[in-house]
Amino acid sequence: MAILLIAEHDNATVMELTARALSAALLIGTDIDVLVAGSHARPTAEAVAGLKGVRKVLLAEADELAERLAEPLAALIVSLADGYDTILAPATSSGKNVAPRVAALLDVAQVSEIIEVVAPDTFKRPIYAGNAVQTVQALDSRKIVTVRPASFAPASQGGAAPVLTVPSAGDPGLSSCVGNRLSETVRPELTSARIVISGGRALGSTEKFEEVLLPLADTLGAAVGASRAAVDEGYAPNDWQVGQTGKVVAPDLYIACGISGAIQHLAGMKDSKVIVAVNKDEEAPIFQVADYGLVGDLFEIVPAFEKALRDRA
Amino acid sequence: MKILVPVKRVVDGNVKVRVKADGSGVDLANLKMAMNPFDEIAVEEALRLKEAGKAQEIVVVSIGPAQALETLHTALAMGADRAILVRTDEAVEPLGVAKVLRGVALTEQPGLVILGKQAIDDDCNQTGQMLAALLGWAQGTFASELAVEGDKARVTREVDGGLQTVELKLPAIVTTDLRLNEPRYASLPNIMKAKKKPIDEKSPASYGVDLAPRLKILRTEEPHARKPGVKVASVAELIDKLSNEACVL
Ligand SMILES: Cc1cc2nc3c(=O)[nH]c(=O)nc-3n(C[C@H](O)[C@H](O)[C@H](O)COP(=O)(O)OP(=O)(O)OC[C@H]3O[C@@H](n4cnc5c(N)ncnc54)[C@H](O)[C@@H]3O)c2cc1C
Ligand SMILES: Cc1cc2nc3c(=O)[nH]c(=O)nc-3n(C[C@H](O)[C@H](O)[C@H](O)COP(=O)(O)OP(=O)(O)OC[C@H]3O[C@@H](n4cnc5c(N)ncnc54)[C@H](O)[C@@H]3O)c2cc1C
Repeated sequence: MAILLIAEHDNATVMELTARALSAALLIGTDIDVLVAGSHARPTAEAVAGLKGVRKVLLAEADELAERLAEPLAALIVSLADGYDTILAPATSSGKNVAPRVAALLDVAQVSEIIEVVAPDTFKRPIYAGNAVQTVQALDSRKIVTVRPASFAPASQGGAAPVLTVPSAGDPGLSSCVGNRLSETVRPELTSARIVISGGRALGSTEKFEEVLLPLADTLGAAVGASRAAVDEGYAPNDWQVGQTGKVVAPDLYIACGISGAIQHLAGMKDSKVIVAVNKDEEAPIFQVADYGLVGDLFEIVPAFEKALRDRA
Repeated sequence: MKILVPVKRVVDGNVKVRVKADGSGVDLANLKMAMNPFDEIAVEEALRLKEAGKAQEIVVVSIGPAQALETLHTALAMGADRAILVRTDEAVEPLGVAKVLRGVALTEQPGLVILGKQAIDDDCNQTGQMLAALLGWAQGTFASELAVEGDKARVTREVDGGLQTVELKLPAIVTTDLRLNEPRYASLPNIMKAKKKPIDEKSPASYGVDLAPRLKILRTEEPHARKPGVKVASVAELIDKLSNEACVL
């Protein structure tokens, strides 16, 4: 039962997401190789080699792999597929982009965003924005699976796997990257943060979003999220969106400020360990999933919360 | 250039679905259905390209039962030129959908296929990428901006770290994200006009596609329910609960 795991990384650091997907892989089988595809990605490959449970790391470095374009990356994965029963990727924007392409090239059905491994060929996955959970058995002899990172704890350090280089499968020449506009942040990465504080439409402007939420986030060492409404209105960047069609998070503590709690938003956060909601409408649906609800004006409550935490420290 | 837009009929996003008591699936009887919201965005984008003179014809296609005609009518009323229903009463998996769409694309020869990034029922997020693979075309997924210039499409993609802009050789596949556009409503005159637009009916067999399932749904269940929470009266009480009861601060 050999497994190929596609690493998520930014050419410089391994994202914790890879370690989380590795945990899912370890529940499926034992002979786990991890593919690190990128450019100048050797440091990443070496970091992956230190994760416990990795048999070997395959490092493919080439210019066409630098931006994780689906076409050359899928070609590379297909060129390596022969030795593997299962190919796994974290359900990140990169994993979601490439895995179905690989699946179709191999004529295999894909199981998307699993949240639990029931058996090596059987998985649980949410449907209808998390309102139902399906148990799916993959009948193809080879399995292609994407893993929801928030549902698995990261695998531990302490491995010493060898790093082998593998050649790129070349550039099919179908697409090129023109540029990236990545949000710069010093805060923890949203999907693996221990605490997430999210703002909704109620914040009203970019200035207020920053002025009110960011100090609390920084005092708590939290990542910042947003509802779709806040992103659509331009108060927060797109990669902060939490929900069915944004990011899925399951932190120890999720604090929703001025978010009504539409099912599409709940789909992205209702597996958080503890949920706090601040909303001035005591009937807001967010209170149905909140462990602790505070009814009132967020523009008073959030700064007071921040000050109280600072005074306590 | 011709644009092909696959549209899916799904349960309306505002309806909360119920799991059947015997675990055999989700109860869809008598629920309000609608076009997958991402597909409305796809139709809208195609219309805007046509209005800008970048495309001449918009063909919409749906794979599903006779009721999917409703979804096609909606797309025609928005402004698409003609429709194809690939009729099947079986459950079709994304790979099967992609294989049928490949057949449609080979007959129709579009310059661009615009799909939704995911259907809000099964949440697979697979079909566009699979279609791109089967055709050997470039893919621009999760698009928040799309521009067509000559034989290239420029797509700005919503990715985990922010935005990525890629250039695709046409023909290509694009999948829509929420912020690509705001879809229009069909006007009454356009709804009337749409009744005269042609709808072709095909079967999966007309494209020589075998739709035998590769996945077996063993069970469908309710997600874990959360324990009911409490309201706290003040920030001080909140901090006390978070520190001493929940132990997360
Ligand atoms: C296809 C599709 C996909 C979607 N995907 C997502 C997704 O991934 N993520 C997502 O979040 N949404 C998603 N949505 C949108 C979702 O349905 C909701 O529209 C959205 O979550 C609402 O955002 P909100 O709660 O910020 O705004 P609103 O619903 O407008 O809620 C604002 C809340 O703030 C409260 N409030 C106002 N002023 C104050 C104040 N001063 N103090 C305290 N509280 C205040 C109000 O009582 C209200 O409850 C999607 C929708 C569709 C159709
Ligand atoms: C009667 C019936 C019952 C079904 N029952 C089940 C079931 O119980 N469980 C199950 O897993 N699946 C079932 N399906 C299949 C399922 O509804 C999807 O068509 C299929 O799994 C594709 O997954 P997705 O929609 O999540 O794909 P995604 O990859 O999320 O869809 C992305 C995009 O692909 C396009 N697309 C997808 N499907 C179609 C389509 N049919 N026609 C046109 N364009 C499309 C749209 O542009 C869409 O936005 C059933 C289908 C039918 C017709």
